[in-house]
Amino acid sequence: MKPKFAMYWAASCGGCEIAVLNTDAKVLDLDAHFDVAFWPAAMDAKYRDVEAMADGSLLVTLFNGGIRTEENEHMARLLRRKSQVLVAFGACATEGGIPGLANLSSLESAMDAAYAGPSTVNPGDTRPVTAWQAPEGELRLPRLEPVLRTLDQVVPVDYYMPGCPPEAHQIAAVVDLLVQVVEGKASLPPPGSVIGAGDSTVCDECPRERNVKNITRLARVQEMVAIDPRVCLLEQGLLCSGPATRSGCRARCPQVSAPCIGCYGAAPGALDQGARLMAALASVMAGKEPEAVDRVLDGIPDPAGTFYRFGLAHSLLRSGTAAWKAEA
Amino acid sequence: MQRITIDPMTRLEGHGKIEIFLDEAGNVANSYLQVPELRGFERFCVGRPVEEMPNLTSRICGVCPEAHHMAAAKAADAVYGVVPPPAGRKLRELLYSAFFFADHTTHFYILGGPDFIMGPEAPVAERNILGVIRKVGAEVGGRVIQARHFGHATVEILGGRKVHPCTSVPGGVTKGLTEEERVEIERMGRWAVEFARGSLELFSTAVLGNPEYREALMGDTYSHRTYYIGLVDAAHRVNFYDGRVSVVSPEGERLGTYAPHEYTDWIAERVEPWSYLKFPYLKKVGWKGFVDGPDSGVYMATPLSRLNAADGMATPLAQAEYERFYEAMGGKPVHQRLAIHWARLIELLYAAERWVELATDPEITSPDIRVVPSARPTEGVGIVEAPRGTLTHHYRTDDRGLLTMVNLVVGTTNNGAAMSLSINKAARTLIQPRTPVDEGLLNRIEMAYRAYDPCLGCATHALPGRVALQVSIRDARGEVLQVLRSAPPGPSPAPACRAP
Amino acid sequence: MSDRFEPVIIGFTCNWCSYRAADAAGMGRMKYPPNIRLIRLMCSGRIDPTFVLKALAEGADGVLISGCHPGDCHYLEQNYKALRRHRLLQRTLAQLGIEPERVRLTWASAAEGAQLAETMTAFVEEVRALGPLAWPARPRPAAVAELHEAAAEATP
Repeated sequence: MKPKFAMYWAASCGGCEIAVLNTDAKVLDLDAHFDVAFWPAAMDAKYRDVEAMADGSLLVTLFNGGIRTEENEHMARLLRRKSQVLVAFGACATEGGIPGLANLSSLESAMDAAYAGPSTVNPGDTRPVTAWQAPEGELRLPRLEPVLRTLDQVVPVDYYMPGCPPEAHQIAAVVDLLVQVVEGKASLPPPGSVIGAGDSTVCDECPRERNVKNITRLARVQEMVAIDPRVCLLEQGLLCSGPATRSGCRARCPQVSAPCIGCYGAAPGALDQGARLMAALASVMAGKEPEAVDRVLDGIPDPAGTFYRFGLAHSLLRSGTAAWKAEA
Repeated sequence: MQRITIDPMTRLEGHGKIEIFLDEAGNVANSYLQVPELRGFERFCVGRPVEEMPNLTSRICGVCPEAHHMAAAKAADAVYGVVPPPAGRKLRELLYSAFFFADHTTHFYILGGPDFIMGPEAPVAERNILGVIRKVGAEVGGRVIQARHFGHATVEILGGRKVHPCTSVPGGVTKGLTEEERVEIERMGRWAVEFARGSLELFSTAVLGNPEYREALMGDTYSHRTYYIGLVDAAHRVNFYDGRVSVVSPEGERLGTYAPHEYTDWIAERVEPWSYLKFPYLKKVGWKGFVDGPDSGVYMATPLSRLNAADGMATPLAQAEYERFYEAMGGKPVHQRLAIHWARLIELLYAAERWVELATDPEITSPDIRVVPSARPTEGVGIVEAPRGTLTHHYRTDDRGLLTMVNLVVGTTNNGAAMSLSINKAARTLIQPRTPVDEGLLNRIEMAYRAYDPCLGCATHALPGRVALQVSIRDARGEVLQVLRSAPPGPSPAPACRAP
Repeated sequence: MSDRFEPVIIGFTCNWCSYRAADAAGMGRMKYPPNIRLIRLMCSGRIDPTFVLKALAEGADGVLISGCHPGDCHYLEQNYKALRRHRLLQRTLAQLGIEPERVRLTWASAAEGAQLAETMTAFVEEVRALGPLAWPARPRPAAVAELHEAAAEATP
């Protein structure tokens, strides 16, 4: 009997699923060694099939997506019970990811944005509700929680695999490790470890040339007349999140002249990715009095969105006050 | 009333569930496609710099991130009133063609195809890509893997990564092509053309050559007469990256074409209380409920819609298949939803041919790939065809280029009403009194939406907020007597009451 | 004991100037409020925004950072980093809905005990006027090791 494998998506985009498929023939290794018991993207097992499984009968579950709705939370708890090893897979489950940016605003304001935009015709101000009586019976929708949470803020997590999505070569390496574990040829790292990623920062994997920095201007990418392909992007004035971001991706974005946006999460040892990037930037920028410092920082029109692009939900503060403060 | 729940919908992108209600006789009274997910992009993108949008909105969907990436790039171009240089535009379209090829391959072989290759009622453990590969064998399975690999490898060369490319910025792209890269991309594109041809042959044998599937495809169970939309170029041929949106009636008459900034004249979105997904319809026809026909504004946006809304394909092999398709189906437009699978493979071929055309374009290795915007940023709309339907990004910014308004009408969102109709009809046809409703039969109902290749994460980018509980009190005729609502704090509409 | 809100403030002071200033204030019996809990760093340039954010997330209502005057840093130029990090924090906190005034940067030389005591007293009143920050506690499910121990015990 092959051990059971599951992959599930909560508030996610499906990119993690595609990333697994992008390991190409490695998916066949997965199939050869595991019984894929639940993976809504790719096969037809339903929720009732998971509920019917014995606790702990899934050897490993890859859980991607953040916890946004009561259904996401229910599935996180259910899969925790049914799984021996639960992996927070991808940026959203590990650190909140892009959907975590919703923690900067209120559900209230989001309702207005969604149901009153330029193309919405809604004269009766109809809104979706969690329970609605259709003529035939009751229809339910899961409640939305005011603050998006990471998987480990809801259930204990065995391993963290960062990336948006995790790169295919890293997923392949983890599949290989799992196969070896199942065959008794290797053991898993200590619980709580980060897997499928490096031990340093993106800068370490980036081939660009680095010099002593004294950044006097930060520019928006579209303002750059030319981007030198050989020199560090941060030195050229593009705010690159590389210094605060964990390695493992092979620095793909800087290699195509796009600054790192931080999708591999906080660098090892950093409790808060945004704080780490702020610390790093302060060390390499010019400015010895407030006005000079402000002139440089005016080149960052959206600090919260830039420093916490992927990591807001897992950061020390986790959200802005708009998301959780009760109305006065 | 007895209720059958399909939860979750599987072999698609995103979250959805289907509730089917049966009356006492055992007939289907009604069914509801409910989408239970939201993340809130239209709200949390506000305040972000517009050049972030190709990277932020690609996270709406990891199956079609390139679609959002390109729509966002075009909307950002429009916000700045900037036109990328020809090479920049071609590099984007080349990436996009390779992506389309990979995505349509994924859908046919991994998401929708297993229903045909393994059979709709095959055991769950086999009715998926792993079962397909075991059945068709390593060689054919290997080619499917190779096809996805080539498509994603091309995206990676041009866009930096296989999933969530990062090279489009307002005014163009950050990475050009070397001749070495161009040669590799051309080689992969030519292989892709052959793979697409082989896929159409496989469809011909495995689906059209199977009487049961042929009947399902050509018959009425999965058919609806709706309006169709899709992007077309100046000669009204299908184009995925640019053009005007063509709108045709159920009889095949073109109502007109619209430019991106005109979309609100044509498309309106309706809200229902039982789904987080909104329901677009054609404004000029109006919302008449969940019904099809020329008097209903319900429309569809899928590969089949694009073929219906266009006058042809812009590449020769795909054009020949286009003609063969309409001849076999008995004319234009085609309404049978399972034919979307066939249309998808014709687009697979077009995507591959276009890939080669662009890879061999003399300008494709030009270093002139980006211009610096000079105008003040204001407002812009960008439209592309996502594999699942027409994708519209509409932005307004302040004069620093920070977003003040984001409105998205997304591929699958277009199809909310059409999918609901398809599921309802399939359920009514397949579930009869005393029919044993087993897992295989429910899968046949799911096939009704799978043809659309839904991307429900895309469809429900929006976040409605703290939801209210609403109770409707109805009399025996179903007339609403009173609506009670527990509203969230803050301004809310007065509850509607009517005395008995 | 009054019901008045007593702010909790963490004060990061640099070893060479401001900590000595605080010490001098103490030795000179210059009063400064007990609301401020001091943490000594070797240099204000050692301030990582993480420290400030952790303080605010875990019960502090305000944070005071105190370093040597510009030009007097014991390690030459590191207090400029404190200045830049402070500005970065303020801009970011404002977007998160936290009043930037809750995080204050001040310079004090070792001889300026009285001035530092005044600054600290005034800062406590400013934070008192802003009110409690009362940041919600971080959700912390049981550690995964406990989970597996419990599962192991439960299995026959």
